[in-house]
Amino acid sequence: MSARPNAAPVYLDYHATTPVDPRVLEAMLPWFTEKFGNPASVTHAYGREAAAAVERAREQVASLIGADPREIVFTSGATESNNLAIKGAARFHRDERDHVVTLATEHKCVLESVHALEREGFRVTILPVQSGGMVDLAALEAALDERTAVVSVMAAHNEIGVLQPLEEIGALARERGILLHSDAAQAVGKVSLDVEALGVDLLSISGHKVYGPKGIGALYVRRRPRARIAPLFDGGGQERGLRSGTLATPLCVGLGEAAALAEREMATEAERVGALRDCLLAGLRREVPALRVNGDVGRRLPGNLNVTFPGIGALELMEACPGLALSTGSACTAAEVEPSYVLRAIGVSDDDARSSLRIGLGRFSTEKDVEFAVDSLGTAARRLKIPSRRRGEVG
Amino acid sequence: MSASAYLDWNATAPLRPEAARAVAEALAGTGNPSSVHRWGRAARQAVERARAQVAALVGAATSAVIFTSGGTEANRLALAGGHGRRILASAIEHDSVREAVPEAEIVPVTSEGVVDLRALDALLAANPRPALVALMLANNETGAVQPVGEAAAIAHRRGALLHCDAIQAAGKIVVSLDALGADLLTLSAHKLGGPQGVGALVLREGVALAAQQRGGGQERGYRAGTENVPGIVGFGVAAEIAAGELETYAGIAALRDTAQARLLSIAPETRVFGAEAKRLPNTLCIAMPGVPAATQVMALDLAGVMVSAGAACSSGKVRPSRVLAAMGASPEEAGSAIRISLGWSTAAEEIDSLAEAWGALYRRSRVDAA
Repeated sequence: MSARPNAAPVYLDYHATTPVDPRVLEAMLPWFTEKFGNPASVTHAYGREAAAAVERAREQVASLIGADPREIVFTSGATESNNLAIKGAARFHRDERDHVVTLATEHKCVLESVHALEREGFRVTILPVQSGGMVDLAALEAALDERTAVVSVMAAHNEIGVLQPLEEIGALARERGILLHSDAAQAVGKVSLDVEALGVDLLSISGHKVYGPKGIGALYVRRRPRARIAPLFDGGGQERGLRSGTLATPLCVGLGEAAALAEREMATEAERVGALRDCLLAGLRREVPALRVNGDVGRRLPGNLNVTFPGIGALELMEACPGLALSTGSACTAAEVEPSYVLRAIGVSDDDARSSLRIGLGRFSTEKDVEFAVDSLGTAARRLKIPSRRRGEVG
Repeated sequence: MSASAYLDWNATAPLRPEAARAVAEALAGTGNPSSVHRWGRAARQAVERARAQVAALVGAATSAVIFTSGGTEANRLALAGGHGRRILASAIEHDSVREAVPEAEIVPVTSEGVVDLRALDALLAANPRPALVALMLANNETGAVQPVGEAAAIAHRRGALLHCDAIQAAGKIVVSLDALGADLLTLSAHKLGGPQGVGALVLREGVALAAQQRGGGQERGYRAGTENVPGIVGFGVAAEIAAGELETYAGIAALRDTAQARLLSIAPETRVFGAEAKRLPNTLCIAMPGVPAATQVMALDLAGVMVSAGAACSSGKVRPSRVLAAMGASPEEAGSAIRISLGWSTAAEEIDSLAEAWGALYRRSRVDAA
């Protein structure tokens, strides 16, 4: 038995945030201390050195997604990238195009950006998804019209891990002159993404989801044909006017290094993490035969699992497994008692949603972690199952 | 790096070693502060400790602090939408303020770079519409400290709110939200020895604010996005140290005054901008008549002395300063001004290097002119 009384809990929440890779940390540290210049201070050596490091990082990020460095805008994170892409694209084109399309399962910050546009007078279409979480391409095509400015579809889902067919969506958008934005915070560095092949015009990247630091992200903005967007902030004019504010050199360097590592190691890592995930799923199914997987099993992130333990409250289950760091869904809404709107959108009942866990594996997950997780969750599930206490069944 | 004299602290300050250690430690940890598990809670605790440290630096309630990705975003958030008010901004505000409220009516400054309070009062009196006044605490180019407390009193008497950009002042002089009477106040970590990529808006209780970046509802919904935990932790540590070192920081004025005296002895005909104003202890803005600022900056850089021709944000494109123009400087005068800014570790030798290099250039320029 793998009892670990005093050990730190096994981290199974890689979608909420990932640890900084030690190699990333090492690359960042000098830029905090002896190399501290402001990259905008091009008039002196400290500034130029910082600027060169930022540009190197820009190349590394660009390379990971098959982009040109000039197409990468550094931001404070994926939330800002998503806000900038969606609001920026819609506002820039508002005179000719006043319609925005997205999916009901998108991340909160995408939906919030779309709602903000709605309040500004844009027409908004929020499309339902299929039961596996995938976009319905026919419904999407039907929703597009000549006044649609931007379509926003997540590359890989933060709760259910499903990978959307961006290439098909890109083709639909492109032939209508519509910009395609993709929140790729969870996908970048986990699965191969090529902006040319996918036909995306705007793509959001997060540092802390790919073993880089928090507080940094990027937005890919296509140059050919040019994706035009309006800036959210004004100020010092950094990042070609799209994103003012002093660039945090160490954070840029960290994201760059994280991108470079991902580019080198993604293929083998995806295979290893995917195998661990399959192991975890097989183990859990053995322990809990009634277990159900939420979201398409075939098309999902290698490290993602979202499962329903029928008849068992997810909160009780987490409480019964203090040795595991788990979540019920998006960290942003972790403290909310409402069941996940994402699970609802794929047709999971409120009861089942309250019985569901999101499990995220990643770079530092081990077979031992998986064994321990299967063991802990299996034991807890059996204990909680008797007597069966299904909430919400009163009356 | 062979460079010997870093005198561009107003562009960015080095990370304090204690803050660097805290940042490195936080980077080595993990956890999303919104996650409810143990690692998430530890991250949340670290963020809240930093919030208290930053609040203490400006004498605010902990809950008043909203973390952002930096000073520019904080200013943008503070001024977003102009609160549905008429906007007045001093002529010397930072670009991030000016461009957040491009519609602002401009309040003039004196030739010393200090806001004209009578003009402010007259502007407020001339229009009964509720207003918002943007006035920075200390100017980033001249270091001139503004009478924010008096301006806030005037503003409040006229039913206006006051936003104070304290980004250059914090950590250099005492900043007290209450003494200033500001309704909104902004800070940046990397100007006071914290890391780049983090800042804060301090919001007085009861002041309404429209969120700009929406999403997961972090920072009481005012600023969504996963918190930059290591950055915030570093900000907190730097703020606490800065608060404790304000008295010694004031001593930097002696070294700055030495620098000023030495450059003035080299070029007695020159102008020191804001010399008669109350200034930050570390800032010196001085012109070398007839020599473009870009030339000076490059010559000094070759000698290993790093200064700037104005705000770093607009550098690269070295252009005459809007701030100095507002103080009545001619384009030639403004175009020949450089900003020298010192910090807590500036040594007397660095001032020697500055004076030597600047003096050599000055003498060359006189020979060329002759």
